[in-house]
Amino acid sequence: MKLQARTHAQTIAFVLMTGLLACVPMIGIYPYFVMQALCFALFAASFNLLIGYGGLPSFGHAMFLGTAGYASAHAAKVWGFPPEAAIILGTLAAAGAGVITGALAIRRQGIYFSMTTLAFAQMLYFFYLQTPFTHGEDGIQGVPQGIFLGLIDLSKVLNLYYVVLGIFLAGFVLIYRIIHSPFGEILNAIRENEPRAISLGYKTERYKLAAFVLSAGLAGLAGATKVIVAQNASLTDVHWTMSGEVVLMVLLGGLGTIYGPILGAFIIIAMQQYFAGFGQWVLVIQGLIFIACVLVFRRGIIGELAHALKIRL
Amino acid sequence: MNTQALFAQLLVGLINGSFYALLSLGLAVIFGMLNIINFAHGALYMMGAFCAWFLLNVVGLNYWFALVFVPLIVGCVGMVIERTMLKRLQGLDHLYGLLLTFGLALVIQGVFQNYFGSSGLPYAIPSQLTGGQNLGFMFLPNYRAWVVVFSLIICLATWYGIEKTKLGSYLRAATENPQLVRAFGINVPRMITLTYGFGVALAALAGVLSAPINQVRPLMGADLIIVVFAVVVIGGMGSIMGSIVTGFLLGLLEGLTKYFYPEASNTVVFVVMAIVLLVKPNGLFGRT
Repeated sequence: MKLQARTHAQTIAFVLMTGLLACVPMIGIYPYFVMQALCFALFAASFNLLIGYGGLPSFGHAMFLGTAGYASAHAAKVWGFPPEAAIILGTLAAAGAGVITGALAIRRQGIYFSMTTLAFAQMLYFFYLQTPFTHGEDGIQGVPQGIFLGLIDLSKVLNLYYVVLGIFLAGFVLIYRIIHSPFGEILNAIRENEPRAISLGYKTERYKLAAFVLSAGLAGLAGATKVIVAQNASLTDVHWTMSGEVVLMVLLGGLGTIYGPILGAFIIIAMQQYFAGFGQWVLVIQGLIFIACVLVFRRGIIGELAHALKIRL
Repeated sequence: MNTQALFAQLLVGLINGSFYALLSLGLAVIFGMLNIINFAHGALYMMGAFCAWFLLNVVGLNYWFALVFVPLIVGCVGMVIERTMLKRLQGLDHLYGLLLTFGLALVIQGVFQNYFGSSGLPYAIPSQLTGGQNLGFMFLPNYRAWVVVFSLIICLATWYGIEKTKLGSYLRAATENPQLVRAFGINVPRMITLTYGFGVALAALAGVLSAPINQVRPLMGADLIIVVFAVVVIGGMGSIMGSIVTGFLLGLLEGLTKYFYPEASNTVVFVVMAIVLLVKPNGLFGRT
């Protein structure tokens, strides 16, 4: 009975969110802002899958966002890929990077895992800074948006908006399914008590790597979509500040909650837009939010709300 | 082969190695007592360099005063941070310490960037250490020689202090079992605060040493700290001597790479990290 009530609540929340997002172009909100926020929301949700449900605190997640961005930008611009193929290629590139870095990083636990992922991300940053196809500081600019599936012209804002919304929702539902699948339950068990999971016969390394690759791939989906929206891929997306930003989005919204990362992403992106003219004060504010989150509300906005209203998430 | 250039790069490597060693040593000392990875370490290193610049240009105290006062001043800032914030994280997952200090680093760097932009401020080499020696196979600037020797002395003194003195034995005991050490009447919370202050002071000292070589820039620590993290993953934080040796060795390796294959000089430390993770996942000197 209780479980059923919970599923109902989830369905209502999902329908509400979808409805709200579908109405955005009609109620006069700037669609580019929402599209950007949706890409970051998917990025944050993919990161939450890893840290909130897998218990793997990566501090280099920007490498997947940026890798996918560069791959799809290059494919769309230089090789003339249609947008869907470019996005798929970007996603695969990020998942591939996830296989290599993940296999190495999961050999260490906890804080060392964070430092290892951060170091790999920095290594990739230097690689993208030096390799010619990314055009260094300039980035890949003027990426064509193209015709989605040969039918939908993405240079029209409304078309682009609903395609991005569709990709976001698909990613979101996939993450929801992963979390509530037997695989997700095993991940949960590993996070809570790894030695016990091992003693029950689970090859925990494999599950952790699978979670890492899934998360990397979904972050790549977000990065590739973001490139089609913004029409450029740049070094900002692979920089460590981006890795920190996604941690902040998830922490602010609520670690290990389904909707937390999405709320967190919208808040942080809105804040960046609002304070865009204030130079580096944005960083200072972000830092202060980090400190406040850790010291005052560790469960994040959604988590604290649920706690106050005694809702089990 | 151009030996002049090779030795010049090796010297640069040794200098960088000195900073890696001082910083990873501080990280290891802090981690041992507080179980926190101090992400703000790079920002505090930068603060050390700026503090030296202020002392020289605003207060009028020269390099030698800075060498003494800056670690004390920044160390005190560190102790305030520990007392007001880090203290509340005891018993929580290590991740929260990393997140909090990451936030701190953003705040400190952001504030300095707002006031000083991203460009560098020059800091003159102290007059006693200008010039250099011609060793025949290379030209050795006096200041650079001083940085390497002085860092080595500080590192070894720290190692001696922690591994061989009575105070150090309290420290090591408190790392292993704080409750028990407390039961013997030692004020462990104060020891934790002082330890954090000391680790931060080491970072600030590295900042002062670096000011005349690298310019004083708000982002000078941000670029460095990630490499230092890789150094820490390679060495493992279990051993004090391990941090020192790894720091200097990786600096040298970076110098060699700069000479033989400059394109990879930014990434070589990370490649070594990947190899170490494959071969010896706990790090070269790691215990667990």
